[in-house]
Amino acid sequence: MDNQDQQAVAGAVPPALDDAPARLRYRSDAPFESPIAPLADFLAANGSGGNFAAVRIDPGDDVRALLPHLGRLKLVEIAFPKFRDGRGYSSARILREAGFGGEIRAAGDVLVDQLGFMRRVGFDSFAPDAPLDPVVVAATFARFPYVYMKAADGLAPVWALRHG
Amino acid sequence: MYRYDHFDQAIVDARVAEFKDQVGRRLRGEITEDQFKPLRLMNGLYLQLHAYMLRVAIPYGTLSGTQMRMLAHIARTYDRDYGHFTTRQNIQYNWIKLEQFSDLLDDLSKVEMHAFQTSGNCIRNISSDQFAGAAADELADPRPYAELLRQWSTLHPEFSFLPRKFKIAVIASDTDRAAIQLHDIGLQLRTNAAGALGFRVYVGGGMGRTPIIGQIVRDFIPVAQFLSYCEAILRVYNRYGRRDNIYKARIKILVSELGIAEFTAQVEAEWAELEPLGLDAPQAEYDRIIAQFAAPAFDPAAPDTLDLSDPDFAVWVAQNVHAHRAPGYAIATISLKPKGGIPGDASSAQMDVIADLAERYAHDEIRVTHSQNLVLAHVRKADLYAVWQGLDAAGLATPNLDMVTDIIVCPGMDYCTLANARSIPIAQRIAAKFEADVAAQQDIGELKIKISGCINGCGHHHAGHIGILGVDKKGEEAYQLLLGGSGAEDASLAKILGPGFDENGIIEAVDKLIDFYRSARTAPDERFLDTYRRLGPAPFKAAVYG
Repeated sequence: MDNQDQQAVAGAVPPALDDAPARLRYRSDAPFESPIAPLADFLAANGSGGNFAAVRIDPGDDVRALLPHLGRLKLVEIAFPKFRDGRGYSSARILREAGFGGEIRAAGDVLVDQLGFMRRVGFDSFAPDAPLDPVVVAATFARFPYVYMKAADGLAPVWALRHG
Repeated sequence: MYRYDHFDQAIVDARVAEFKDQVGRRLRGEITEDQFKPLRLMNGLYLQLHAYMLRVAIPYGTLSGTQMRMLAHIARTYDRDYGHFTTRQNIQYNWIKLEQFSDLLDDLSKVEMHAFQTSGNCIRNISSDQFAGAAADELADPRPYAELLRQWSTLHPEFSFLPRKFKIAVIASDTDRAAIQLHDIGLQLRTNAAGALGFRVYVGGGMGRTPIIGQIVRDFIPVAQFLSYCEAILRVYNRYGRRDNIYKARIKILVSELGIAEFTAQVEAEWAELEPLGLDAPQAEYDRIIAQFAAPAFDPAAPDTLDLSDPDFAVWVAQNVHAHRAPGYAIATISLKPKGGIPGDASSAQMDVIADLAERYAHDEIRVTHSQNLVLAHVRKADLYAVWQGLDAAGLATPNLDMVTDIIVCPGMDYCTLANARSIPIAQRIAAKFEADVAAQQDIGELKIKISGCINGCGHHHAGHIGILGVDKKGEEAYQLLLGGSGAEDASLAKILGPGFDENGIIEAVDKLIDFYRSARTAPDERFLDTYRRLGPAPFKAAVYG
């Protein structure tokens, strides 16, 4: 699993390796830019020898359709047309649970108050529709010193800290 | 009782700081009301008819005297000197000002309390049996498992934007005092054939506009794995629960549409993925939490007799006191349904009295019940008379537990923006007919009347032996009458008896139902619900509609 570049310390502020003002990225590898295929196009192209390395998952898509193809993917963009629709959180975490180490980007109606949850389920880049205040972003990531449950970020839950 | 360690306190403190920051950004206009709404809801803050309403979490309905005294302080300082205990074992305040909210949260956090996840489309406060740790019929105290669920569900990163709210209840007896079959997940602690401890898991129960009784998704999940199993259920719900229609978004609709067999197959497949990931807490954590719920040191020499020479005390004991598993002890229920009162309300002064009595006589523990009453779970029989005198002096010794005047009622149109009709005055008028006559109430026996002021069903009318639902009929308040519901282990849904009524009509109809029941029962201990189940609706319908 290739996500050792993710910060596994609660409360630490990850370095923003930001290449565009409106985008937040918490990865040490070079940003990857290429056409992002909708899931249906990706799967169709895959059958006909196509070669997309970036794919978009919409809320109703079954992210598990990607699991046979993770080795060729560098970026999965998960769309949030409405911030209230939380399906993308499960999609991201399922990818990380399957060992995907590439970039998982939350795109769309992404609000600062969701970033902490999103980082925990495995997102490591963000393309919000509206720009986020970097001061508030930093405060958000530094907010919680501990977490109660495991997720996809490698943080030890308090039960592990309590019992060594 | 569970006490926070520094980890718990640090998380609560951070959460309070986060919400203060969010309120600040809202007040400065940096976020819209639409964006702020889910944030404030996840912190228990509703915008109601007249003001902000705050719902404070009382995990599994258990609190200490110190915590109760803080609830009194909050009522006195930030509200109009009273609070309202809810069917989810929480407390609501109806007149909160946003600008005082930070101070209020600081006060709560001083006594290990908060308002997180008492609202919003997330996993809500966990509920449990108000007799936990005291009931003679329980397998083990269910609250350690409720606490494990509380920690697992607090700020869960994957499940904070669910299709809709999500309620979990845990019990450990065959007698269901927490209505688990009417929850999104209901957990009953039990042993399997090998004697191992685990849970029977019900899923998809609920009331609201589509009442459904929960179904068994797994007959036995070992306690060591129940958190990852819940995680699997939540993931299936988060991915596939409907989001196109708020009224079809609860898990009960998903379970109904898929069918329990297909839903179960999906949960089992998801659990097969999740179980190996080590999501469950280790045994040491179970042991740590279970130790904090260890029973108080009961006095083996406590006399097991009661002096019932005071007739008023004797009536209260007969109605409001239950058997305790330790000889010489008793479980006392404090009725919050006094004559002429608002069901579930307690004044600051009453909360202080209850805190004092709990500290002095009840091992410093108070429980909230889903019927909107309070419980002192561990009282020496020798102290029961003093407890009763203290309660009586504060107007808290109404001897009406589970009787016709012990009515569950939602706030209704007196407080709530969703309501179509008033519900509190209906409860008061029904109760007024019987309040003065304890003997008549005793003769009627157990009768659970539950009243909701709208179809959302917060007053549990679907689970009422007699359920009353307020509706809007061409701009007028009207009331539907339902019979035969139960939220207990014999869970059933009440059915509409016939055409609805106006306010006077519903009061008369309840009268006629009770008169008919008293004439039709075959034995004094046949409850209203039993008579209804024996005879069916037809004779009740004839009695009401003639």
